[in-house]
Amino acid sequence: MNSGFGVFQEEHEAFRRTVKQVVDRELKPFVRAWEEAEEFPLALYRRFAELGFLGLKYPEAYGGTDAGYLYEAVLHEELAKCGSGGVAAGLAAQFTIGTGPIHLFGTDAQKRAFLAPAIAGQKIGAFGVTEPDAGSDVAGLRTTARREGDYYVVNGAKTYITNGVRCDYVILAVKTAPEKGHKGVSLLIVEKGTQGFTVAKKLKKLGWRASDTAELHFEDCRVPVTNLLGDENNGFFQIMGNFAWERLSLALGAVGAAEDILEQAMRFTRERQAFGQAVAKFQVVRHRLAEMATDLECARQLTYHALKLHAAGEYALAQTAMAKKVATEMCCRLADQALQLHGGAGYMQEFDIERHWRDARLGPIGGGTSEIMNEIIAKQLGL
Amino acid sequence: MKILVTAKRVEDPESKIKVKPDGSGIVPEGLKYKINPFDEIAVEEALRLSAAHTGDVVVVSIGTKDVHEQLRHALAMGATKAVWVNHTGALDQLAIARLLQKVVEKEKPDLVILGKQSIDDDQNQVGQYLAEFLGWSQATFASKVEALDSDAEKNKQPGLKLTADKKGLTVVREVDGGLSTLECSLPAVVTTDLRLNQPRYASLPGIMKAKSKPIEELTPAALAVDVAPKLTVTKLSSPPARKAGIKVADVPALVEKLKNEAKAF
Ligand SMILES: Cc1cc2nc3c(=O)[nH]c(=O)nc-3n(C[C@H](O)[C@H](O)[C@H](O)COP(=O)(O)OP(=O)(O)OC[C@H]3O[C@@H](n4cnc5c(N)ncnc54)[C@H](O)[C@@H]3O)c2cc1C
Repeated sequence: MNSGFGVFQEEHEAFRRTVKQVVDRELKPFVRAWEEAEEFPLALYRRFAELGFLGLKYPEAYGGTDAGYLYEAVLHEELAKCGSGGVAAGLAAQFTIGTGPIHLFGTDAQKRAFLAPAIAGQKIGAFGVTEPDAGSDVAGLRTTARREGDYYVVNGAKTYITNGVRCDYVILAVKTAPEKGHKGVSLLIVEKGTQGFTVAKKLKKLGWRASDTAELHFEDCRVPVTNLLGDENNGFFQIMGNFAWERLSLALGAVGAAEDILEQAMRFTRERQAFGQAVAKFQVVRHRLAEMATDLECARQLTYHALKLHAAGEYALAQTAMAKKVATEMCCRLADQALQLHGGAGYMQEFDIERHWRDARLGPIGGGTSEIMNEIIAKQLGL
Repeated sequence: MKILVTAKRVEDPESKIKVKPDGSGIVPEGLKYKINPFDEIAVEEALRLSAAHTGDVVVVSIGTKDVHEQLRHALAMGATKAVWVNHTGALDQLAIARLLQKVVEKEKPDLVILGKQSIDDDQNQVGQYLAEFLGWSQATFASKVEALDSDAEKNKQPGLKLTADKKGLTVVREVDGGLSTLECSLPAVVTTDLRLNQPRYASLPGIMKAKSKPIEELTPAALAVDVAPKLTVTKLSSPPARKAGIKVADVPALVEKLKNEAKAF
């Protein structure tokens, strides 16, 4: 089966083999330990930089390879197969949400100061939109940035921020004109160590355990105006623009994880014996696996369709929202069905399925919930 | 220094290998393929030697157009050019060695490095035949003294070394219960064992560059080699399924079983 026909060329598949080798050799053997420790070594960022993985879609001038979205798509798919959503997310945040807005909206000076060292694995980035009292409703965020001379004075809190504990800077969504609703949002780059910026706590989670997810506090935190990304009060549109690739990358990660899940379900049911034969020989199980493969293929093709549009420079808002919703929900279903096919073993930490099952659950929530995806689709339908 | 290496396309051991019910071959559905791991080690060793002594690495593969995938992989790792011997159908080891002999006579390398065997047929013959046909010296099962994760390995010290006069090679080989060190004159044929090196990844720039590297096409007819098999595989069968184990009550019962049933001592 050649599912990537018309999307990926020979050289993308060659790159896929390289990523797979890296994942098999340098991640897979260790993810269990990292999950238990609830963190992975910081050295991995340097290693990924060395391999050129952190700058695939960024210009050579800042240390990237300018290879394009399709290579990064391959990276997202294969990374998800390391078996730890947390490791994949912690690394991926570095080349999606943690750098994307600087690439899209930053000045040359900002790119030199933050994007280049992030591509080199020297600075870790995070993206902070969600707050204790505002998540889906981005326009309702309450963190404020009051202009005082050459500084913005930031007050507020952010939560559920991936890489929040270990980041060197966070791209922060703030209200620069609170009275203007979604037209009063701006993006500021806030560096760790800036007075008034504290990590309140590292959060405990159902899944994605190897990634760090933090609550951040800002109290009279003075950020130089030169750290404003793009135009003041344009943040809402910047966030929405940046979400396109984040959502696609979540869909691609879900497709990659689901491939691993299906493979594990096939392997297990072929080996496991019951009533005198391999479990996979029961027609009900064979058909279940066939349905899972079909479910995966549907989600993959929609995701690839949105990917093709994105890579061609189209702003495929509805298709991206559809792909994000369909792929992440498919992954949850497959993880659940694969767990069932594993029987008791599926419930045990000895097998990787229970971790996939926990990790997959983030998909329909992070990067905009399925309900918000439906809102976007409905709006695009003119409803 | 010019080095010729091989890159056979083999079934990926990660895919589920099933023998056809009539024993005539294996079931092709759902199979994945990759470069023979021993050949990948050969490519890596050739690249290290050629980096140290400057020269070209030519990679050869025999088969249908599908082998381009393995050739491109070796090119992406850093090989200079590729030779594709276009052939459909079964080949025995003699025919392969004859084809390689002709390619070697055309390319005139100083050294040929091949995997000691390919992981599909496990024959371990081609390197030896080839050395014989060429009348060259041979060193099989090249291995390494250092552990693969040692600093020496990380510093990418070559596992094969040119002698001081550059007219020969020092090769450490793995033998039963130890290592033997050979010195042989060039040109030579070397086959690689598993612990010779850890092959590099094909980097993205390497993959991009490989796209424009040449793949020369040859055929058995053009090389004037009769490839009609002298050896045919009559039947494949899966190894018998392992029987279930048994539990014994105590150590004396175990000793009794080992002695009288397993005849272990
Ligand atoms: C592991 C993890 C990592 C994360 N990383 C980051 C990060 O790095 N940066 C960041 O900024 N955020 C991050 N988030 C936050 C994530 O983006 C939000 O959790 C998500 O957008 C939902 O927001 P919320 O949690 O406030 O839910 P709420 O907005 O409070 O939603 C609660 C429920 O109401 C529903 N709902 C809300 N509005 C509507 C509506 N209009 N119509 C119908 N239903 C609606 C939602 O779908 C949901 O079911 C992360 C979250 C998690 C769990």
